Amino acid sequence: MAEPRRNWKQVLSRFLLLDLIKGLLVTFKYQAPKHCYTEQYPLVRPRVAERFRGAPRLNRDPETGESLCIACNLCAVACPEDLITVVEAIREYVDHEGKTKKKRVLVDYTYDTSRCMFCGHCQDVCPTYAIELTQEFELAIYRRRDFVWSWEMLEKGIEQPLYTR
Amino acid sequence: MHKPEIAITRERLLAAREMVLNMGPQHPSTHGVLRVILKLDGETVIDLDCDIGYLHRGVEKICENRTYVHIEPYFDRLDYVAAVSNDLCYVETVEKIAGIEVPEKARYIRVILTELQRIASHLLWLGTHAMDIGAVTIFLYAFREREEILKIFENYFGARLTANAFRIGGLQYDIYDGFEEQVRAFCRILPERLKEYETILNENRIWLQRTVGIGILTAEEAKDLGVTGPVLRASGVKWDIRKAFPYEVYDQVEFEIPVGENGDTYDRYLVRMEEMRQSRLIILQCLDTLRKLHPGPVMGKVPKIIRPPVGEVYHSIESPKGELGIYLVSNGTSFPERLRIRPPSLINLQALKKMAIGHLVADVVALIGSIDIVLGEVDR
Repeated sequence: MAEPRRNWKQVLSRFLLLDLIKGLLVTFKYQAPKHCYTEQYPLVRPRVAERFRGAPRLNRDPETGESLCIACNLCAVACPEDLITVVEAIREYVDHEGKTKKKRVLVDYTYDTSRCMFCGHCQDVCPTYAIELTQEFELAIYRRRDFVWSWEMLEKGIEQPLYTR
Repeated sequence: MHKPEIAITRERLLAAREMVLNMGPQHPSTHGVLRVILKLDGETVIDLDCDIGYLHRGVEKICENRTYVHIEPYFDRLDYVAAVSNDLCYVETVEKIAGIEVPEKARYIRVILTELQRIASHLLWLGTHAMDIGAVTIFLYAFREREEILKIFENYFGARLTANAFRIGGLQYDIYDGFEEQVRAFCRILPERLKEYETILNENRIWLQRTVGIGILTAEEAKDLGVTGPVLRASGVKWDIRKAFPYEVYDQVEFEIPVGENGDTYDRYLVRMEEMRQSRLIILQCLDTLRKLHPGPVMGKVPKIIRPPVGEVYHSIESPKGELGIYLVSNGTSFPERLRIRPPSLINLQALKKMAIGHLVADVVALIGSIDIVLGEVDR
């Protein structure tokens, strides 16, 4: 490639490294500590957004203490990876009028977080807001089998490690 | 199995004065797992062959076994640095074949988010491309601005990269409180930050020597190879799907298509920088219209089980990398009969051979960067 002809101004600026100094000035401007963008992650946990899709949780009714899940199986159907298992049973119970009625209840619920891609389809379809993806994001564990979260695990959540210096 | 054209044998290695060099699959500047087999004379590239498929996941086959709603999140994983654009292409294709109307407000929000994604994708490209060439500072600066976009995405979709952004028929969420201010604040800082990058790069002698005149692709060659996106526009062809076949609300906003002159690596850089400015203008125009539409629905009328009529459709959008198209055949059930993806990165990658022959090995790094490939999309 032929070098383009330059006038004396361009030659001088090239000789004085002005093109490089211009760029270095921008870099130098950001040396001040107020321009620090780094997050001190394990020590300072970041605040994630309200809509963040993280670890799953199966909610309980805060008043009665019963599980909100009505075992309708919609989340299992909506899941593209087919990783939710809902085990249901029909239980007979006597209501306050003394009649025997049948009711569908949840027996077991497992959620395989190793295959989950956190698309949020399960929480979209849930009619009772039982399954929910929370703001928890630290899901690393030591054993592979622990990826499958049981009903109990889904309710109490993963234990957060405490990082100290 | 795909067999590389250049066979590496002991005899050939000893007899010939050329040398065969494997670049990748584990090479930081191939932006993923791309294996480039280089035939070299000294340091000059004589011949080149790309071996792809290391990241093949069979997405097209997976799509045949999923319902239309289930397929949505898989499109985040094609071009994982521009997930929102991929999602847009998929949902629009299904809306086109099933005849689903999308509310106007949802269309504007979709365009805002897709253009933000275009800026984010170009910023990531700028950072990694500059770092391949040797300017590490730009990488950190570009990621700083990209972080602002990812924060908007996190607030809006609930995820930063694999957004699962849109739903068939509209959007899952309405805009959150403070969305407009956050996007406007980003649009305010963007021009001065772009100017900073240009101060560092545009006149920098090292940058110029590494990019000017490297990998020239003429307009004719680019058209013959089917190259699209910024690579085509840098060669001087004014072609943009957003103008040619307007989708969403692109026919209602004003923007320019930046074109280059020489079609070299430097022009591709300039085109992408200008595209970011144009995207910013589109976002600002859409925000003004969105304010008028604000209290309004974002989800159209969608049947509970989507069963498009028997037929086929091709729909393409202008993704940050080029023309992203989906060809969908429906057989009337809730599963697609066939779904074929036309990824821009794969087709743009074919231009690498044309560009690289006659240049040095170090220039191949710059060229792969300048095409802006994502291997998740190349291999699918």
